[in-house]
Amino acid sequence: MNNIITEIKSFSKAINIMEVCGTHTMAIASSGIKALLPQNINMLSGPGCPVCVTPTGILDAAIELAKTGCIITTFGDMMRVPGSKSALEKEKSTGCDIRIVYSCTDAIQIALLNPKKEIVFIGVGFETTSPTIAAIVKTAENQNIKNFSIISAFKLIPPAIAAILEQNVSRIDGFILPGHVSTIIGSKPYRFIAEKFRIPAVITGFEPSDILEGIMLIANQIKRAKPEIEIQYQRCVKEQGNLYAVKLLYSVFESSDSQWRGIGLIKNSGLKFRKKYQRFDTFKKFGLKVRNTKEPAGCLCGKILTGIAKPNQCGYFGKKCTPSNPIGPCMISSEGTCAAYYKYGN
Amino acid sequence: METKKISLADGSGGKLTHRLIKNIFLQNLGNPILNRLDDSAICNLQSAIYNLVFTTDSYVIKPIFFPGGDIGKLSICGTINDLSMLGARPLYISLSFILEDGLQVDKLEQIVVSIAETAKKSGVKIVCGDTKVVEKGACDEIFINTSGIGIADKKIDISGHNAKLNDIVILSGTIGDHGIAVLNARQKLGLRCGRCELKSDIAPLNNLVEKMIKVCGSGIHAMRDPTRGGLATALNEIAEQSNVGIEIEESTIPLKKPVESACALLGLDPLYIANEGKLVAIVSKKDAEQILSVMKKHPLGKHAKIIGKVVPYPKGVFLKTKIGGTRILQMLESDQLPRIC
Repeated sequence: MNNIITEIKSFSKAINIMEVCGTHTMAIASSGIKALLPQNINMLSGPGCPVCVTPTGILDAAIELAKTGCIITTFGDMMRVPGSKSALEKEKSTGCDIRIVYSCTDAIQIALLNPKKEIVFIGVGFETTSPTIAAIVKTAENQNIKNFSIISAFKLIPPAIAAILEQNVSRIDGFILPGHVSTIIGSKPYRFIAEKFRIPAVITGFEPSDILEGIMLIANQIKRAKPEIEIQYQRCVKEQGNLYAVKLLYSVFESSDSQWRGIGLIKNSGLKFRKKYQRFDTFKKFGLKVRNTKEPAGCLCGKILTGIAKPNQCGYFGKKCTPSNPIGPCMISSEGTCAAYYKYGN
Repeated sequence: METKKISLADGSGGKLTHRLIKNIFLQNLGNPILNRLDDSAICNLQSAIYNLVFTTDSYVIKPIFFPGGDIGKLSICGTINDLSMLGARPLYISLSFILEDGLQVDKLEQIVVSIAETAKKSGVKIVCGDTKVVEKGACDEIFINTSGIGIADKKIDISGHNAKLNDIVILSGTIGDHGIAVLNARQKLGLRCGRCELKSDIAPLNNLVEKMIKVCGSGIHAMRDPTRGGLATALNEIAEQSNVGIEIEESTIPLKKPVESACALLGLDPLYIANEGKLVAIVSKKDAEQILSVMKKHPLGKHAKIIGKVVPYPKGVFLKTKIGGTRILQMLESDQLPRIC
């Protein structure tokens, strides 16, 4: 690892590298990588925190259903995320049946144990999470489970990167791409980064040594002036990805335009149920609509998620906005950029 | 304006719990003994030799039986450990049971047998108690409240307020075992490491502490059993009480591989996971090796390690990471939640 750090330090050009994924953001902060990097290498956080980018309307819809007596099941991260008026954690304390699950399979079990109740699973996450959910939908279909549905708020990473690059305001010189997403989709969907935008990108693992090597590989690509999509995380990622998982994912879902909290609408960046599986779509089942809501005035999360601003440039950061009283999405999730800065003192 | 309500996060043992304690309890009940916020209270007796040390705690845990222990053993160990962290010899414990209508009597008996065994092994006596039965749904099977009394030598002065510059931080063993074992059992996660089951570290620490005091009582300045909020929160409490900085080295912190893997999988930081049979001691530099050596000879301290030191500045707790970086180790903000990906 010392050799990698020495090589990174020998690179003198000032560059901005965006780590797209929230898990990378937390790993960089918690392992103290920033303290090891030379000042000319500036790390920016991207939009790859699934909790951060889930719109308030999704939470509002889940809360509305919880109040009607549905059992809401969710991954733990979502509990404190504020909707426009409340949060799941707050509603749970008023008596709504809201349960943390560790897998969507648990939600199915709850459905089987509570046949007279409607069970709703809040489906958030990226390509890493959604194939598993697709498999569970198929299981539910095969078992003819009728009291179970999913709020599909899944998102896709490549369209979000394309949207950031098309905005052309972040001045990104390289990308650290999420290794687990590429375990599913491989490296091909990222080719546009190097080919169209001429920016280096490295698909990277989550150990500190992986991340440092990813940074080194980006610096070397910049030196060679030959941008490409490299795979640092070779122990898990193949160029073509996991074809079975991708096929499974798109047999249940299809891409759709999607709202990203703090960013706005991104074309083809979400997943909606295919017609065959629409009975598992909570919105269709209950005739719900996701209402658009505005982010709080003065909150810089939109800029932070696209690499334009850093948390400490926001007037709320660490004052009105803390992990126990989050105002914007980046402070809400344990994998959010502001939460990382707050917790680890960047 | 919305009326503020208690939430589960207020009981996490982290920043929110401390805020609640300071703003509600200390504000209304504060006095010089309570204000010290140590694990137990030192009450001055009319004795030239001993102080009376007094503590109370309530135990609520799901499931009530977990790998390595149960709520009964937990209640006795927890009370013994709170007394021990002030250097006291635990003597007497009271028990108050709140039982839910419908609790199976054989479960209760199993818990009481466990209490009896733990008390006997630790040399403490259960001397009084109370029982209430509440309606179904009013409690979660069984809640236990305890109070404990011990005595501490007046020459010993162990308190969260006493950490001093250049003191050494010693941890008695691996962290996170209890929290991960309970989580694994509660959520039926089925996490295993080969044939080895994730098991709670729950244990009474009075005998270990007794040995440490015997070899060098004056060298022990502060102690905490890192329960809710884990090691990071316990060190933050000491740093705040003593107004010092504490720097610890990540590479020296003992951590079992299955616990490390479970934390990585669930997105939890082992430094914030609860322990029930571990202690962290802040000891004088000159006595550190001797105290460490005694700890290592004890079954509950055989994996003890020096993990850091007390520094003058900056205040708070800092972690030197395995790759040589440094980061702040804050008090737990509120309960850790498992992540999505």
